[in-house]
Amino acid sequence: MKPLLACLLLFLTWLPSLSIAEEDVRAGALLEALDVRSFADKGEAISELAISEDPRTRYWLNALLDGSLQRTHEGRFVVVLNNRGRSWPVEDALTQEDLGEISRRELNRISINNSLRNQIRSLIAVADLYSEDLSLRRASAERLVGEVDEALAEFLAEHIEQETDRRVQQRLSLALAIYQLEQGELDAVAELHGSLNTDARIALSRAAAQEENPLLAQEAQAALSAIEQRLKMNRTAETLYFGLSMGSVLVLAAIGLAITFGVMGVINMAHGELIMLGAYTTWAMQQLLPGQPGLALLLSIPAGFMVSGLVGIAMERGVIQFLKGRPLETLLATFGISLMLQQLVRTVISPQNRTVVTPEWMSGSLVVNDALSLTLNRLYIMAFALLVFMALIYILRRTRLGLEVRAVTQNRAMARSMGIKATRVDMMTFGLGSGVAGLAGVALSQLTNVGPNLGQAYIIDSFMVVVFGGVGNLWGTLVAGMSLGIINQVIEPWAGAVVAKILVLVFIILFIQKRPRGLFPQKGRAAGD
Amino acid sequence: MWLTQPLYERSTRIFLGVLLLAMILVTLLHLAVPADHPLYVSAYTVNLFGKYLSYALLAVAVDLVWGYLGILSLGHGAFFALGGYVMGMYLMRQIGDRGVYGHPELPDFMVFLNWDALPWYWLGSDSFLFTALMVMLVPGVLAFAFGYLAFRSRVTGVYLSIMTQALTFALMLAFYRNEMGFGGSDGMTNFRDILGFDLRTDETRLALFLISGVALAVGYVICRALVNSKLGRVCIASRDAEARTRFLGYRVERVQLSVFVVSAMLAGVAGALYVPQVGIINPSEFAPLFSIEIVLWVALGGRATLYGAVIGALLVNYAKTYFTGVMPDAWLFALGGLFVLVTVFLPKGIAGLLKQRKQAKEKEEEVPA
Repeated sequence: MKPLLACLLLFLTWLPSLSIAEEDVRAGALLEALDVRSFADKGEAISELAISEDPRTRYWLNALLDGSLQRTHEGRFVVVLNNRGRSWPVEDALTQEDLGEISRRELNRISINNSLRNQIRSLIAVADLYSEDLSLRRASAERLVGEVDEALAEFLAEHIEQETDRRVQQRLSLALAIYQLEQGELDAVAELHGSLNTDARIALSRAAAQEENPLLAQEAQAALSAIEQRLKMNRTAETLYFGLSMGSVLVLAAIGLAITFGVMGVINMAHGELIMLGAYTTWAMQQLLPGQPGLALLLSIPAGFMVSGLVGIAMERGVIQFLKGRPLETLLATFGISLMLQQLVRTVISPQNRTVVTPEWMSGSLVVNDALSLTLNRLYIMAFALLVFMALIYILRRTRLGLEVRAVTQNRAMARSMGIKATRVDMMTFGLGSGVAGLAGVALSQLTNVGPNLGQAYIIDSFMVVVFGGVGNLWGTLVAGMSLGIINQVIEPWAGAVVAKILVLVFIILFIQKRPRGLFPQKGRAAGD
Repeated sequence: MWLTQPLYERSTRIFLGVLLLAMILVTLLHLAVPADHPLYVSAYTVNLFGKYLSYALLAVAVDLVWGYLGILSLGHGAFFALGGYVMGMYLMRQIGDRGVYGHPELPDFMVFLNWDALPWYWLGSDSFLFTALMVMLVPGVLAFAFGYLAFRSRVTGVYLSIMTQALTFALMLAFYRNEMGFGGSDGMTNFRDILGFDLRTDETRLALFLISGVALAVGYVICRALVNSKLGRVCIASRDAEARTRFLGYRVERVQLSVFVVSAMLAGVAGALYVPQVGIINPSEFAPLFSIEIVLWVALGGRATLYGAVIGALLVNYAKTYFTGVMPDAWLFALGGLFVLVTVFLPKGIAGLLKQRKQAKEKEEEVPA
């Protein structure tokens, strides 16, 4: 096998020097050699083929692997492109010229068995290890894990040094170590220690189960329990990630409410519908900019803020300002508005859900290791939630508007006598809170269905988060949202999603009995009553 | 006796008189008028009125806590639904082996889930007396547990409203689960008979309508008596100035708790009357929207009047039946608009409007004299 690999190296540095005709003659001979009875001979022929310096080698090997390399009765080698029906479209295996359709009775497959199949796979993978394309190399290294045989092991031992990419290197050493472990080498155990790869775990548990080499079994067992430990940690990390992700959604949904309800004391039952409007803005943007979902999504961040913010301001001017100091009536009136907004969307757009496209840069996931991968869209939303939160903290603490808002909420009469236009501040604050609800809607459109009922699903959760965190306290909302998200995810595996939700609700109801002012009650003058 | 005291009151007499008259009128128009006459009241309509009357009882229960105790409960639908479920269990057991699967003991949905015995909480559900007791006890106990915790730690106002909403939401989620043993999202339906009377005959429907009317009258008198009693005075005091009432030495949380429990029991009875008339009970009755709708009935009719709650419940539900039949899309607009208009322009409801007019008249009469 060693010369084979040497030749492979040669083949990969090969420069076109043979004339086409000569080349085809040689290639024809190589293929001819494949059409023999004995699988042993076939194996030889495959090795020959692999070390031939022909650029079509990979193509032939692939065709051979999936059984599409066939021979016509005239002895011509063809590759079947589609094997449905009676006659199959084929192309010439040498020239790749289209030969039209040939009846399947005219064709004979070059058959292979499983060991040959493995041989071909490794050969292809090894060939790919020399590719310039990093992703191809990575994929190839991935494929070699658990597929290493004696010859390959020797080759890999040398090749690892040459590899420049660290990930490819790691994969290859892992592949090598699994092989060495199977051969009973004690050193390999150390290499596999803590690896989360499934093949490595299988090899280790096999080594732990065998009885010929008790020392090895013992070492493998130790490595296995270390792996178990790491897996557990990863699972915890995953739960934490899901919890934080759910928490950030809750925070996003609730943070606008934390302003309108928490800071202003207005019970806005239409908050969920303002979220829904934000989500529909995203949808509308994507309809306006077809083919550019990413740009549309970015543009809908300010657009969603504006739409929901303006609707919020209209609500405040039109209804809520007349109900000052009557919180229960405000609750009912805003609930009425929420019903109307829902029905408006149903009538104007559609009662059905709309699909919002996820842009490419938001789909996929970030692979941390073999046992843990984080979905990108949730990561983005987490970051977005934090960003919105920080911006709000900044506005409330460091800007003129924030100062006025705090002044008006603490002592309205005094603030007014200092020249602050309280009604204007009310309007702006409500607009701000509503706009943030719109932002939440833009983010949520990436996670759930966009429909008229979107808001209803979040309104109770949002109120729970605000009340749990302590009304009038943005940090409380952040902590409450995140912890409720995590609690939910911790309970979910053993109780199911619905029961987890019920338990969380019951938990909050009981918690509020114990601490009616939430996790972080306001103290001093701001507390009021 | 304190319970008969309201009978000497003018407003109660008018209310009971109107209610009695309406019941007699509907019965006569249903029984004595030929079916093709324009004034004939069909069995369907009788059934519909019966449904409205059970809603009216529910509205009275909500008015008791919201109007006189100042507690805006957004979860009274839960007590209503629980009463309904208790009644539903009884009706389910009455089906016996006439279900689709023909099992003598288990309701269809349990056979479907491959259960082999009734869960413990279905014990006694085949007895009407026990059911009648549980219709009040189950909502009462829940209200007691919830209220005990909430009032003791002085959770009031908006917080309490949100908590009651969370309570009914959690119950809704729970009842949607098949494992709960209450039929999951389909709930319970296909009822056959109650106390041996076939539910689908016109006579039973009329009887249920009349029973609902009597229940409303009794519930109204109980609430009125409660409100007029010394306990009622303390209620109003704690509504208007909780801290002062406390300083005067009243145990406000006990007053709140007892009235809250009574109200929940009334809501349970309303639910139990509602279920045999509509023939189905499912988790959607727990939906927060329904609970808020009840509050709207009371708000429209006028808080803290009791009869206002009845007027509101009848009006809104009649409008709902009308709108959903004629133009279903417009109903939510109308309902939402009603919420806004009533709270902004009609804070005292229709009853308030009536009172205002009466007072204006009296003043007019006074001036020349």
